[in-house]
Parts: sequence; structure tokens; C-alpha cells
Amino acid sequence: MDSSGLGVRRAVGFVAPALVLIGIFLVFPALWTLYIGITNYQLTGPAAANPQVVGLDNLVEAVRDPLFTNSLWLTALFVLFSAVIGQNVLGFLLAWLLRSVSPWLRRTTEGLVLLSWILPSTVVAFLWFAVLSRDTGTLGLLLGQPETSWLVQYPMTSLIIFNIWRGTAFSMLLYTSALAAVPPSQLETARLVGASGWQTVRDVVFPHIRGHVLTNTLLISLWTANDFTPFLLTSGGPNHQSEVLPVLIYRQALEGGQLGYASAMSMLLLLGNLAIALVYLRLLRRRA
Amino acid sequence: MSPLWIVRRIGFYVLITVVLAFFAVPMLWLASAPFDAKPGLGLRWPDWTLRNVVATFEHPYTLTSLVNSLVLCVIATVVTTVLAALAAYALSRVRIPGRDLLLYLLLLLSSVVTGTAAMVPIFVMMLQLGLINSQFGTALVIAGGMLPAAIFILKDFMDAVPRSYEESARVFGASPRQVLAHVVLPVARPGVATIFVWAFVNAWGNFLLPFLLLRDVGQQPAAVLLRTLYDEGGSANLTVIPVFSLLYSIPVVVLYLFVSKRYGFRFHGGIKS
Repeated sequence: MDSSGLGVRRAVGFVAPALVLIGIFLVFPALWTLYIGITNYQLTGPAAANPQVVGLDNLVEAVRDPLFTNSLWLTALFVLFSAVIGQNVLGFLLAWLLRSVSPWLRRTTEGLVLLSWILPSTVVAFLWFAVLSRDTGTLGLLLGQPETSWLVQYPMTSLIIFNIWRGTAFSMLLYTSALAAVPPSQLETARLVGASGWQTVRDVVFPHIRGHVLTNTLLISLWTANDFTPFLLTSGGPNHQSEVLPVLIYRQALEGGQLGYASAMSMLLLLGNLAIALVYLRLLRRRA
Repeated sequence: MSPLWIVRRIGFYVLITVVLAFFAVPMLWLASAPFDAKPGLGLRWPDWTLRNVVATFEHPYTLTSLVNSLVLCVIATVVTTVLAALAAYALSRVRIPGRDLLLYLLLLLSSVVTGTAAMVPIFVMMLQLGLINSQFGTALVIAGGMLPAAIFILKDFMDAVPRSYEESARVFGASPRQVLAHVVLPVARPGVATIFVWAFVNAWGNFLLPFLLLRDVGQQPAAVLLRTLYDEGGSANLTVIPVFSLLYSIPVVVLYLFVSKRYGFRFHGGIKS
């Protein structure tokens, strides 16, 4: 018998309800994606009532589809510049700089960064829509270019900057706790020998937080690749110029009605997620 | 204090100011536009008025959608917290056969199967079950998505509750249910509160699932209505949107202040997915 006196049977009873929900709403949809992805299932029309198995045709079609390759490329740019570079660097910079400022400045900055992370996505999307809109948008007024419609003329750049603003909090929190583990004596030694800030980060701090950098990069990349907020800002437009993978899947499935084809693309997204998650779990295990 | 030192200090504060402005400027609009007699998209000092507030409350769907958000969010949050607490407790205390594999799969699931990657099958499944426009169904889908991470985080908290407490309670004849309710849950309260807040904030802000599954405007939560308000009819309704955005954001801000005051905003593994 275990310390709680539950016994195996009752313990299974405790776990079961959660597993049933996870099974129905998470595992089953994931597996079903694989099946729908090899059919010509559609939202309306003859293929809606009687979908046919078409095998790997959807995947072959996707690889040849310029909209899909365009979307993969945009997703890669989005992940690379907004997460891997943007959130990582700004998050570390904030964690590093905020160590040595007065408590109130530190609290204010952290509070603002966290707020931009936890506010509902439709609200922040509208806030940025307002900042970036033409004629009266705040950015246009600040830069003296009120005629520029930023979301139309620079859609991907806008999304990347928006996502840096939106997601930096996680990296900041992670690096703040990672930096607390760097031995102060080593930082002190670096200061005494006159190392510059950059040299200290490179030679003293980085070796201690290498694992955290990798963990952080994997997680924020995965979340950014799956983020649906770009839909709220640009809906993929203008003319597919900001159509990252989640937006393309939505538009193919719900606006175009091509459920089978969209599922095949979801399957590729799931496989990408799986690859990142497996690397991540391997890292966790090695550390544990 | 060499000149170089002064230059570096100035550079340091300029950098901090730029970063602060970057984060603050988009949010300032949320404080000014709701109370401006002529709200625009740009940031400006408002002509103070409360007329927008009145107009927002008179809008036919704003209050309904906030109530819908609350219903959706409370169901999803309570289901997640209760089921995750039960599962985490059992997994923490009993070596169920296959437990380690199960935990590994849960951790994997929590990050791999996102709403975006599974939106097509979830939509098709709910369509075939006739659960489109069902708030309860949508809440369960949201809960299902949050459960793996919730179980995982809570199990860490449960592992930290000393087993000797339960053993002494059992010596005095407490049943397993009494042990859970009167010993374990009170000790693990910070963990349960963490999950509750985390689940609430996630469910409150969730846009994609209600957008997919709730097609009737009378059932839609604030997240979807706000999108409709600024997407429909070409020009955004600037009397209603600012106040409505503010009202919709308040619960999240209040919870954030509560958490940072009570527990400090610390790190619990993957606290937001």
C-alpha cells in the first residue's frame, strides 16, 4: 500500500476522467488528422458526404502548391526573426540589464513586459492594429509618415515586431531565473580583470546558461510556429504576403472548405512540433 | 567618474527607455481611448468623457459576450483544475503500471497537439457530434487542451507535499477522500491556485477554439465579439471597441496583480502554452 492509502484501483479511477478528456479532445483529433489528411474530404459538396481515400496525393499537391511553400518560408522567417533572434535576444537583454537598476524601474519594466504577454490576443491585436494603421496610427505620427499603412506595406516585418513584443516575457522570466544561478564570484572576477559587458556574457555567463538558451529557443519556436494571432492582424494578407502556416490551414479548411488538404498540412505541422518536442524532452532528461 | 563611465550610463538609460517605450506605447491607448470624446486610432490626450462607457453597455452583444466568456472560462477552468488535481495526486502517490510512460506522453502531448495543428479534426468532430454552438462542448475542448500541462505542473507541487502528513492522518483513521480534502489539498494550495489562474487566463484569452466552434453571435465570448467589432463593415466602431477591450482585459490584469502580490511572478516550468 502507498502512503495515501489509495491503492492502484482507486488511483486509476482518479486519473481516468482526465485521460478520457485528453483522449477525446487531444489524442483522437491528432490521430484523426492523419486519416483526414489522406482523403479528399470537403466541407460542402459531394466529397463532404462521401470522402474518398486519395493516399499521399494531398502531400504531393502541397509540396507543389506555391501557396504552401510560400507559407512554409514565411513561417520559417517568422520563427527565426521573431522568436529565435527577437524574443531570445531581447529577453536576455532585459534579464541582464534589469539586474542593476532600481527596484521600481525593474518592477515597472517587468510589469509592462508581462502584461503584453498575458493580455487577451484579440485585445493586443487591436492595440497593434491601432499603432500600425495609416492616417492616425501612433507609429505613423511618431515617425512623421502618417501615409504609411504598415500592415499593408510591411506585413511580415509588422508581424515579427508584434510577436517580439508579445512573447519576450517568457524569455525574460527564463533568463532571469537562469542568471540567478551564475556564481556571483565569477562575475566579480570578470569585473576585476576589466572584462567588458560583452566579454562577461560570452565567457562567464553563457557557459552556465547554455542549456537554458536551448530550452528557451525550442519552446518559443514551437509556440511561434503554432501562433494564430497573425490571423487577427493581417488575415494572411495582403495577397498571401503574411500567410504563415496556421493562417493558411485555417483559410484552406474553413474558408476554402478543403478539409482533407488542410489536414495534410496540419499533419506536417504536427510532425514539426513532434520533432521539436522530442529534442526538448531529451534535453530535460539529460539534465535530470 | 570618467567620461567613458558617464557615456555608458547614459547609453544604458537610453536603452532602457527605448525598451520601456516599445512595451508601453501600444498599451497606453487602452488607458486613453476609452475615455476620449473623439477616440481615434492614434495615441492622444483624451477629452475626458464617460459617454463611450454608456454606449458600450447599450450595445446589444457586449454584456452577453462577457457573460459567455465567464461561463466558458469557469467551466474550462474548474474542469481542468479538478481533474488535473485528482490525476496529479494519484500519479504522484501511486505507482500505477506504465506511469512513467504516461507522464512522458502527457508532457509530449502538452506541446505537440496545439489548437492550431488540430483545428480541422476538432472542427469536424464537433460538427458531426452536433456540438457547434455548444458552450459546454467548447469549454471541454479547451479543458482537454490544457489538462496535460496542468497535470504535469501540479504533479510537481503534489510531489513536494510530505507523505508523513498523510500517513499520520491515516493512523487516526482518515479515509483516502478525507486525506485528500483535508490534508493534501490545503498543503498543495499554491499549486492548485497557480493552475487555476493559469487555466483561467488561457481560457479567457482563447480565440481560435470559440471562433471555430461558436458560430452564433449570441453564444460567442468577448474574444470573438471583439474580433467581429473591428473586422466587420470596413471601419472599426471606435466608440465601443476601446471600452470593451478594457472591460475584457480587466480580469486578466486583476489576476496578474493578485498573483504577483501573493506569490511573486516566479517560474513554474512551462507556465503558459
